[in-house]
Amino acid sequence: MPQDTTLAALNLDEYKFGFRDEDTYVYKSERGLSRRIVEQISSMKEEPEWMLKRRLKALDIYDAKPVPKWGGDLSTLDMDRIYFYVRPADRESRSWDDVPEDIKRTFDRLGIPEAERRSLSGVGAQYESEMVYHRIKDELSQKGVIFDSIEDGLRNHPDLFKRYFGTIVPASDNKYAALNAAVWSGGSFIYVPPGVEVEVPLQAYFRVNTENLGQFERTLIIADEGAKLHYIEGCTAPTYSTDSFHSGVIEIVVSRGANVRYTTIQNWSKNMYNLVTQRARVESEGRMAWTDGNLGSKLTMKYPSCFLVGPGASGEILSIAYAGPGQHQDAGGKMVHAAPHTTSEIISKSISKGSGRSTYRGLLKVHAGAVGSVSNVQCDALLLDEAARTDTYPYIEIEEQNASIGHEATVTKIGDEQLFYLMSRGIPQAEARTMIVRGFIEPIARELPLEYAVELNRLIEFEMEGSVG
Amino acid sequence: MIDDRQHIDAPLLSIRGLRGRVTDAPEEILRGVDLEIRRGEIHALMGPNGSGKSTLAKLLSGHPGYEATGGEVLFRGEPLLALDPDERARRGIFLAFQYPMEIPGVSIANFVRTAMNARRAAEDEIPVLDFYDDLQAQMATLQMEPTFAERFVNEGFSGGEKKRSEILQMALLKPELAVMDETDSGLDVDALRLVAEGVVALARERTSMAVLLITHYQRILNYITPDRVHVLVRGRIARSGGAELAMEIESRGYDFIREELAPAAV
Repeated sequence: MPQDTTLAALNLDEYKFGFRDEDTYVYKSERGLSRRIVEQISSMKEEPEWMLKRRLKALDIYDAKPVPKWGGDLSTLDMDRIYFYVRPADRESRSWDDVPEDIKRTFDRLGIPEAERRSLSGVGAQYESEMVYHRIKDELSQKGVIFDSIEDGLRNHPDLFKRYFGTIVPASDNKYAALNAAVWSGGSFIYVPPGVEVEVPLQAYFRVNTENLGQFERTLIIADEGAKLHYIEGCTAPTYSTDSFHSGVIEIVVSRGANVRYTTIQNWSKNMYNLVTQRARVESEGRMAWTDGNLGSKLTMKYPSCFLVGPGASGEILSIAYAGPGQHQDAGGKMVHAAPHTTSEIISKSISKGSGRSTYRGLLKVHAGAVGSVSNVQCDALLLDEAARTDTYPYIEIEEQNASIGHEATVTKIGDEQLFYLMSRGIPQAEARTMIVRGFIEPIARELPLEYAVELNRLIEFEMEGSVG
Repeated sequence: MIDDRQHIDAPLLSIRGLRGRVTDAPEEILRGVDLEIRRGEIHALMGPNGSGKSTLAKLLSGHPGYEATGGEVLFRGEPLLALDPDERARRGIFLAFQYPMEIPGVSIANFVRTAMNARRAAEDEIPVLDFYDDLQAQMATLQMEPTFAERFVNEGFSGGEKKRSEILQMALLKPELAVMDETDSGLDVDALRLVAEGVVALARERTSMAVLLITHYQRILNYITPDRVHVLVRGRIARSGGAELAMEIESRGYDFIREELAPAAV
């Protein structure tokens, strides 16, 4: 048997999945969070003094803030049992044989190529992917584009880093943003110079093995004036993680006239608490688009947001959530109009099945003076059976008379008449249900990169199996 | 296998003493219907509102909201009533809906192709290009724009578009028996003629599809000449005859049949 070390922290489920852990880490923090652990993380990363101070200050904020009472149930999340930092001895960490059978089966069903599967499940043989990353990185650097791990960003581009880090999502924003600011590790650092358009979508996957995305990932993307970028993170394939807690922070700077699209789809294993803060600041005539897919995890609380701070800025959020039995997807988006003639659109689609619960939680704020702003919010929920549940919390704060706001919310069930119609054409019931669900998410699926749309459809099909009745 | 003689002689559909109601409702709507339809025959089923015409259509197609309480139905010699709606469809029954459902996000092309493939083995799916050729040819016959194929099923369709879409599906799925539930309702003259021509082409010319044409009005029978006409009154077939019966109803209304029936009823 090969050496068996996990990529990131241990979790509480190692027994369940039969993973052996032989403690071959170079460094593993104690359980729970303390000042000493934060100091150790910073020192392991050989960080400058100012970053250590930021981390420690964030820790104080984290300690001071109460656990949120709104949203999902966090009462079962025991922070004292979590390892906040683990540096693996060897990235070639697990053997393919150690990957749980159900995960392998899912890969088969999804038709994911072997090389990719290995990478997704944290199994080695990532040489090729590293080659791809270096080639892309070389091409980009000729245009002045920086695409690094967040650690390398801090090390190699300290001025740029310091100028923007923590300015979009300050540690004081919320308890888990503070936690991330204290113990962050892993993530991407991207800078696109003025007027440069990056044609190929950049994917975290390209560099996943150079610095693994940890449970406290931190990503900072800066699109300078007129720059254009599409960044893709995550994957529709099940992401097996031995962590049970993921708390990321994504900060995006969209300068004047820049255009950024950020696509993320998470399919964490169903023991995961996934609490992520994603925010973009959009300057005049800039455009930010979030595509956010939440399929896995036990509880996700995630509300991508756009602060439209310059005249003519625009923001778009496409959100899709699937809550199967035992899952709660508390997702949505925030749009803050803080300048004239800003426009925004939120389209949210959720599907709930069994004891699954999906919540749309959205904020639309139009500040006084944001004249001529236009916003449209559409949230649709589909319930697959009687037990499924959905809630909608659309907070709307309008301080400007001269603004146009549209909001529409629908809840539908798969109707007997719809099913009968499809079945009366010879389509079996299970396939008919899947068809209705696919149709429901079509407005979002068509905005995804093709391979993601295909995978999403397959995954929905897979999840829908056994939902008949 | 059924031999040729049987194939010709045995009825395609045989309804014997069928009783039925809305599931769990106290009252029966159908109170003993007998009807036989052979391949290629067109039968018109007429009757006043509430006589049970749509209930019969729903019982034949397996709608979950209706249940048979007595009698039996044989389709191609096999008992039908225990089968799920999709199984009935794959065996050759097609229901043209009075009110077709909207399926948002699902294109007509995707819908019809899925239905066609449901009739075939997984390794024998219809080649995509062949399918599109078929689809576009049929759409042209029904005077539909090529872009219609990419519209979402029944979403935002006019009344005429919905009915034409039903005929389009029927033409592509090639059923052995088409049950047409008030397909003529809400159509203008031009749309009515198109729909009727589509049905006649399938029944008389291209396949030998049998048709059970459920209608309140005689109007569509100007374009489709039925082999038999049946009049359903209070859940039973009160009269059967040739095409001339429809003309008689057109001139005299349903009352004369009701009156004839009155002493026997209840």
